[in-house]
Amino acid sequence: MGEGEAVDWGDVRLHIVTGKGGTGKTTVAASLALALASHAKHVLLCEVEGRQGIAQLFDVPPLPYDERRIASGPDNGGDVYALAIDVESAFFEYLAMYYRLGRARKALERFGVVDFATTIAPGVRDVLLTGKVYEAAYRNRRHKNAREYDAIVLDAPPTGRIAQFLNVNSELAGLAKAGPVRRQADTVMTLLRSRRTAVHLVTVLEDMPVQETSDGIEQLREGGLPVGAVIVNQVRPHALDEEARDKAIAGDLPREQVEQGLATAGIRHTETLIDTLLDEASEHSQRRELEDEQRAHINDLAVPTYELPRLAGGVDLGGLYELAGELCDQGMA
Amino acid sequence: MTARSSARVGPLVAKHGPIPELDIDGLLDDEGTRIVVCCGSGGVGKTTTSAALALRAAERGRKVVVLTIDPARRLAQSMGIEALDNIPRPVPGMTGECEGSLDAMMLDMKRTFDEVVESQASPEKAAQILGNPFYQALSTSFAGTQEYMAMEKLGQLREDALSTGRWDLIVVDTPPSRSALDFLDAPERLSNFLDGRFIRLLLAPARGPARLMSAGFGAITNTLSKIVGAQMLRDVQTFVAAFDTLFGGFRQRAQRTFELLQANETVFLVVAAPEPDALREAAYFVERLSEERMPLAGLIVNRVHRAPGGKLSGDQAMAGAERLEDLDEDDSASEVTAGLLRLHADRVRIVDRESHLRRRFAAAHPEVPTAVMPALATDVHDLDGLRLVGGLLAG
Repeated sequence: MGEGEAVDWGDVRLHIVTGKGGTGKTTVAASLALALASHAKHVLLCEVEGRQGIAQLFDVPPLPYDERRIASGPDNGGDVYALAIDVESAFFEYLAMYYRLGRARKALERFGVVDFATTIAPGVRDVLLTGKVYEAAYRNRRHKNAREYDAIVLDAPPTGRIAQFLNVNSELAGLAKAGPVRRQADTVMTLLRSRRTAVHLVTVLEDMPVQETSDGIEQLREGGLPVGAVIVNQVRPHALDEEARDKAIAGDLPREQVEQGLATAGIRHTETLIDTLLDEASEHSQRRELEDEQRAHINDLAVPTYELPRLAGGVDLGGLYELAGELCDQGMA
Repeated sequence: MTARSSARVGPLVAKHGPIPELDIDGLLDDEGTRIVVCCGSGGVGKTTTSAALALRAAERGRKVVVLTIDPARRLAQSMGIEALDNIPRPVPGMTGECEGSLDAMMLDMKRTFDEVVESQASPEKAAQILGNPFYQALSTSFAGTQEYMAMEKLGQLREDALSTGRWDLIVVDTPPSRSALDFLDAPERLSNFLDGRFIRLLLAPARGPARLMSAGFGAITNTLSKIVGAQMLRDVQTFVAAFDTLFGGFRQRAQRTFELLQANETVFLVVAAPEPDALREAAYFVERLSEERMPLAGLIVNRVHRAPGGKLSGDQAMAGAERLEDLDEDDSASEVTAGLLRLHADRVRIVDRESHLRRRFAAAHPEVPTAVMPALATDVHDLDGLRLVGGLLAG
């Protein structure tokens, strides 16, 4: 947690994770799912962009349009299921739910209606995707034996599109003035705007992602959507204190101290090595200074904040566990 | 998605050798290069890269216009394009050879769409289309509209360039899509729709002949109106009827732009970050371009960490840092040095991972010339920053 008091997310059933491209939205969504599951919970992790990002992260075969268990804890019974929602399957599932389709399915495909409905008709795509997430969160009576989840984590579209994506149901309600789509859109909207939902925004400590985060929060609030936390990802290590960083930027870190330190550490010191270390320190400190500026902007947003470290070795399964551990330690799950 | 399910394209057997270098200045100076398209997945720095290339080309004497999609606010301000008015404007603060010039603009997707409609239809019909709720939704929120309009604007800029001689190089940034391929697919998808079977089907009742009203048609419109509501279907039908005469035009324009992208005067630069996801997207894109016979100039890898000087390995540095911290002496020499060693270990690990990723990409795509843009200590939001980036890209 950055500023303020600890927040309890226990009431939240649907965690929606968004973020600007390249900030690690999928990684954070996966870590959050693991963190929630570690408290003996059943968690569903959904993706909606057809990227198979979850399968790649967990190093499992591409996910079908079906819930698959992708992680389970050693003895406490917590587990993570994953679901890759693709819009075409959602479309047909939806039709099957409300209509007897029969041969109409073929005709729909032949005349390009599926294409029309899922890619061109404004909003229908997003309605189908959010509708499927809703269905997973609140099983209707048709699925009596369906698995029940304690929490759903949605790897959602990026920050620039999130308010539109989530609000599409109310927009569509404007376009489609009647019909089952309208009815479903209204129900989904009620869940999305409730306290059972939280939209978390992932950012890194750079100018543009932070700006987008702040814009995103504003748009979410305008749309009456519940803003959750800001998760600052890929934070650089805090290896030097402020005084050392100031000196590093000014080029005032004393060489002889570094030389002496290296000798104590048993490392053969050369002029090149010391130059390298001092350069690295200066570059790092400049970046850290910018990061602190951005962190101040984030604090101004007055939203609960969590920070995840940059993993120098890249994100693999072990890395995900590490990040999940961080989220637990910081009280997000 | 079709490209993804098809086979991968590559050398099958890796050959060892250096990664060919991308000659940025050669590319920008070549009079034959008239269009540079920067593409890549979201968040890899496409906008900054295209602005930096445009500035560098201009300061080397080209008459350049850069079409940006979604620049950071401060960068847009410093380029004088914070007003979203769809008109290219001179960028203030240019230096270098005097015959060069740089104009910049930010894409306004809705206005571009409106302008196409206005230029193609009679004023009466245009007003009818622009007022249609379905058109308004299509022109602002359809996932492919931005890509389509970027292409449309590119076509317009090129016509302008040819007729007025105002520019001899157009640099295009592409929309921040999930996948770099969307950019190639979306225009086709939209024009397929506008020109397709389904539209003709919707048009049938407007045109009248009852014999077209097959049973299948009734079933489909019935289902559709149940799903989306009769109101929306009526809007779509009105839109389609009004748009009818424009469809052929749209198809032609999309076709022409696609051909323009295949022409010799166009080059593609694929932008990526040294991350698995971004490089995977870049690989798909490279393969797709060769499939479409589109001219790929090379790959730009942004934000690459420079290899540190000296020979201290990450493990050695880590061990050294731990030794100093174990001493638990309260002297600042040890403390600071331990911090430096940790930073060094972190840096070495990142550099190793990035170079591993780049080697893997090169093994699969040995023919792709590559330029590397080192990670900067600060963000880029003015012309000086862009100049620095351009210089580093040129090597």
